[in-house]
Amino acid sequence: MAKRIDVSGLSAYYGSHKAIDDISMTVEPRSVTAFIGPSGCGKSTFLRTLNRMHEVTPGGRVEGKVLLDDENLYGAGVDPVAVRRTVGMVFQRPNPFPTMSIFDNVAAGLRLNGSYRKSALNDIVEKSLRGANLWNEVKDRLNKPGSGLSGGQQQRLCIARAIAVEPDVLLMDEPCSALDPISTLAIEDLVGELKERFTIVIVTHNMQQAARVSDRTAFFNLAAVGKPGKLIEIDETERIFSNPSVQATEDYISGRFG
Amino acid sequence: MASTTQQIQTPPGRRFRPRSTGRAGDRIFLGLSRGSGILLLVIMASIAVFLSYRAAIAISKDEGNFLTTFDWNPAGDPPVFGIAVLLFGTVVSSVIAMVIAVPVAVGIALFISHYAPRKLAGAIAYVIDLLAAVPSIVYGIWGALVLVPYLEGLNLWLDQFFGWTYVFEKTEIGVARSLFTVGILLAVMILPIVTSVSREVFLQVPRMNEEAALALGATRWEVIRLSVLPFGRSGVISASMLGLGRALGETMAVATVLSPNFLISLHVLNPGGGTFAQNIAAKFGEADAFGRDALIASGLVLFVLTLLVNGAARLIIARRKEYSGANA
Ligand SMILES: Nc1ncnc2c1ncn2[C@@H]1O[C@H](COP(=O)(O)OP(=O)(O)OP(=O)(O)O)[C@@H](O)[C@H]1O
Ligand SMILES: [Mg+2]
Repeated sequence: MAKRIDVSGLSAYYGSHKAIDDISMTVEPRSVTAFIGPSGCGKSTFLRTLNRMHEVTPGGRVEGKVLLDDENLYGAGVDPVAVRRTVGMVFQRPNPFPTMSIFDNVAAGLRLNGSYRKSALNDIVEKSLRGANLWNEVKDRLNKPGSGLSGGQQQRLCIARAIAVEPDVLLMDEPCSALDPISTLAIEDLVGELKERFTIVIVTHNMQQAARVSDRTAFFNLAAVGKPGKLIEIDETERIFSNPSVQATEDYISGRFG
Repeated sequence: MASTTQQIQTPPGRRFRPRSTGRAGDRIFLGLSRGSGILLLVIMASIAVFLSYRAAIAISKDEGNFLTTFDWNPAGDPPVFGIAVLLFGTVVSSVIAMVIAVPVAVGIALFISHYAPRKLAGAIAYVIDLLAAVPSIVYGIWGALVLVPYLEGLNLWLDQFFGWTYVFEKTEIGVARSLFTVGILLAVMILPIVTSVSREVFLQVPRMNEEAALALGATRWEVIRLSVLPFGRSGVISASMLGLGRALGETMAVATVLSPNFLISLHVLNPGGGTFAQNIAAKFGEADAFGRDALIASGLVLFVLTLLVNGAARLIIARRKEYSGANA
């Protein structure tokens, strides 16, 4: 199910402002790719072009190609809604549906995709919650609202919601930045497990996190404020953190700027 | 006074802490605000006492049952009057108004907040807000001159195809000066307020709530169903209550359109019926002192009805608090 992402010549705009410029990269299936780079360099923007979420922002516009196993997400006649059903996303701040129960939160995506028998739905919800390492904490209160959980639990609920529909790719935009170290570790472990089944892209500001969870790391940078962000390099995480081929990457990782 | 207070110096090294007592300006303001608060309460309490007293006098002399009598004749001998017809007419016309107005208003509000292009949305919102400023007598005249004749065709149609529902059976001939027409007129009148409050609420749905649905592959309508409507639910209830409050108490427009009588009939297309406010407006001018007391008594019932409706709305909102977007 996990699919390869092949980006070529991708630029994204907010109105007339070009936020990222001419990005090309390949993301291997069943791997974790981390995006790092200084604030404002377009990591979130780029991530959101991978499931066509960028264009829901007013003025949002994309040029270039994103191939998901040979199918161009931006091809003519491709329905962005269908794209988002196969490329899941987890946001920086946990955003469970506040009025829904835990169960309904996880089932929400499934119900959008079609109708399921009650027993099938129960099974998938349990499997997804187990997959997100949340089952034991919530199994006795599946009918309580999702907004009643702690921040870390809410984030894992959002992950459960995203993986319940068995996406091909899972995009995560700083999924731990609002969480304490223990919840962060829980989610990092989870990412390690999920990569067996999904292609995962994770944006993070935490170098140790990138080093811990990812197989490959992409470094983004921007020449100056107001200039579009660019992909500087993408390589095996070990190489990026020990011996990057670009000086700017080393400077950023060692904390000399950004 | 300003000069004396300004002479207070901050001791070196310590932050100056403002104190609410001891300074003349504060004391005067405190006195003023406390005084006007108390004055307001006293005025309201005395109005309530006065009205209840007059109403109690009237009801004690009522030879009929105040709650169940189908008549309004306080000047008769013996005086007989009751609110049954008024209560019925008020509730029925307001229910009709709500059934029509709330879905339409929610639809318009959603269109403005989530479908229409920005410019068009602004224009529609502006027109809707303008409609809220039209005086009710203007609506009344429009109702009498335009709506009543226009609705006769609709009434015939409803009678023909939905007469079997009993409610839409028209058993009396006559122009459409009925509770149904009043309900439609009230619906038009409360539409702007319900729409604009709902629109405000829908616009406040946090971006991340909507993106949660979008990222799952929700269509526009599914985003509304998953994120916007649940978030806006309590706001829509509040908006509807504002509208209902106006519908229950609407006076001039109803008095202009309805041809009142003192019969209760669920055939809402038949001319006749009455509402509290309409009855007061129609009778107050010619009533003697006792007749006015009787009308005041009916007005108090309307007040209690409004209170009950508001209380019920609060209960509905509070019961779902746990699920509200507030603690997300
Ligand atoms: N909704 C928006 N409208 C206009 N410009 C935007 C919008 N969102 C982001 N931008 C601009 O696009 C550029 C890239 O922003 P983006 O959010 O992708 O950066 P980022 O790398 O994710 O930063 P951070 O690490 O702080 O999250 C920035 O210059 C930003 O100002
Ligand atoms: Mg970001």
